Amino acid sequence: MKAMIELKNVTKHYHEVKAVDQLNLKILKGEIFGLLGPNGAGKSTTIHMLLGLTEPTEGEVYVCGIHATTRPIEVKKRVGFLPDDVGFYEDMTGLENLVLTAKLNGVKEDMAKERALSLLKQVGLQDAAHKKTGQFSRGMRQRLGLADVLMKNPEVVILDEPTLGIDPKGIQEFLTMIRSLSKEQGLTVLLSSHQLHQVQQICDRVGIFVKGSLLAQGDMESLQQQLFDDDSVQYKVEVGSKDEHAIESLRNLPFVKKVGLQPDGKWLVQLKKGNQGELAKKIVEMNLDLISLEKISYGLDDIYQRYFQGGEALGSS
Amino acid sequence: MDLHKLEKGLENAIKSPIWTLVRKEMTDHIKSFRFNILMGIILLTCLGSLYTALSTIRDAASGIDDAEQWFLYLKMLTITDEKGTLYPFITFISFLGPLLGIGMGFDAINNERNKNTLIRLVSQPIPRDSIILAKFLAALSIISMFIFSLGLLVIGLGIIFMGIPPTFDEFLRIIFYLIMIIVYISFWLSLSILFSIRFNQAATSALAGMAMWLFFSIFYTIIVNLIVNASMPDQLFQTIESQQKNQELFTSFMRLSPNYLFSEITMVLLTPSFQPLGPISMEQVIGYVPTPLALSQSLTIIWPQVIGILAAGVVCFALAYLVFMRQEVRS
Repeated sequence: MKAMIELKNVTKHYHEVKAVDQLNLKILKGEIFGLLGPNGAGKSTTIHMLLGLTEPTEGEVYVCGIHATTRPIEVKKRVGFLPDDVGFYEDMTGLENLVLTAKLNGVKEDMAKERALSLLKQVGLQDAAHKKTGQFSRGMRQRLGLADVLMKNPEVVILDEPTLGIDPKGIQEFLTMIRSLSKEQGLTVLLSSHQLHQVQQICDRVGIFVKGSLLAQGDMESLQQQLFDDDSVQYKVEVGSKDEHAIESLRNLPFVKKVGLQPDGKWLVQLKKGNQGELAKKIVEMNLDLISLEKISYGLDDIYQRYFQGGEALGSS
Repeated sequence: MDLHKLEKGLENAIKSPIWTLVRKEMTDHIKSFRFNILMGIILLTCLGSLYTALSTIRDAASGIDDAEQWFLYLKMLTITDEKGTLYPFITFISFLGPLLGIGMGFDAINNERNKNTLIRLVSQPIPRDSIILAKFLAALSIISMFIFSLGLLVIGLGIIFMGIPPTFDEFLRIIFYLIMIIVYISFWLSLSILFSIRFNQAATSALAGMAMWLFFSIFYTIIVNLIVNASMPDQLFQTIESQQKNQELFTSFMRLSPNYLFSEITMVLLTPSFQPLGPISMEQVIGYVPTPLALSQSLTIIWPQVIGILAAGVVCFALAYLVFMRQEVRS
């Protein structure tokens, strides 16, 4: 597979602050890659470097095999970029805005119009095509932004915080749209976000980006393996009686690693791997009223929490 | 072979996406309230001053036989009635022209930045400098069209009121004057584009432009006078030479101001009988026969001034270019 986006040892300093530190990243054709990180992690800086808007202090950036720093115009011909708060010329209609973008990309007017109309339909804005964009809501602007990005028929689409400020239903629609577009047209998508659930939903691979460096990358499963390599399984247990002795005796079981009491009264039991059936049996044997037993698997939530906390700690130390 | 290259280059220039931007900007300007208000102000004041001039020129012209020697059309632009109810046309133009330039440029870049359209624009495959170039060209072409239609309107009104067609020389002089106005306004335009890049708030940038405008049209003369007077403490007993030196110092300081340069240009172009710029001595005046200058001679006299204004405009634009290319475009 061809790498559509490639960053090699990229570092970016802003005066004394290191915004991006020794970043290495490869994104393959047709992939949806999620760049996940808290605000100020350097996501936007990375994206700006991909577009050649900012020059890296060190390292090389290639997009579609083209050096982004020295030949930014060639890159911009192939890359569609949706900034986090996209703006349009407010006294022009949605259609006119799209046609302008197309013309800047060298598309002829009549073809541009045709393409703009079909894209507006695709993003569900066909009724608002002749409305001035000044009257558009945030969600509509974002969808128009997506159409705007697709006007140039890009090979790579970069979305910076695309779901910021849209309502939940709008987010769902928007994400589904991105996913289906990517799959239909074989687009490579790079998406930055600090909303992990969204990233989890549509991304093939995720990179966790904290304080300018990529802590981990891969699909969900390998991320979980990378991040939680300890060989344990967790269960959430709810029993009828709150007996301190019961906790003690659970703790003493050979296959139990750790028992913790959660604020809601449930117990969090960590087991060694391979002994998963035993827990329920033992609880029943101990004559406790077992109300619920739930296996906890790590979602991105935990990963996120853990790493962002880690990031904070790294930053403060 | 070279011709082929030229053709290719021309073709690229015509196809360049910059024209798309220029067209969009021009549409924006024409539709904007701002330009229409500015146009209205200038049109009204200029027509008002022309009316005053024309009502006076009838009396003045009645006693003349040879219209060619009198340059009626040029007079029309420079005179006013005896009571001085309104300033002449040229005063209005040199006063309001800069305002037009500032008004067209002060929010060129910062408006795009604040509305988040700049980041979208720079992520299109166009060189970044073509954005400011397009802004400049669009405003310049709108201004040129406006100034030329104003000028031709003036000539037309003159024909209707006076019934005498302008001589070719007068016509050419007026056309050159119009071109000079455009050069002068384009200096203010590029200055205000520079401010629009430097200042993020449109209001700040407008204010900065206005401050420069007020400074050069009002305060600069006062300051130069102060400096020149201070450098000459004993004013009562000056020799002729020191007086002349004084005057030269004054002129050379004043020539740092684009307003003064433009007033010199106006004077020479529209008053052909007016000759020297700056002080002359009695020896130079001896044997001098007052005849009006030919257009080519007038142009030769004002050439340094024209280049001065052009250079100031180019410097502003170059600075704007530098600042813009180095600026980070962040959303």
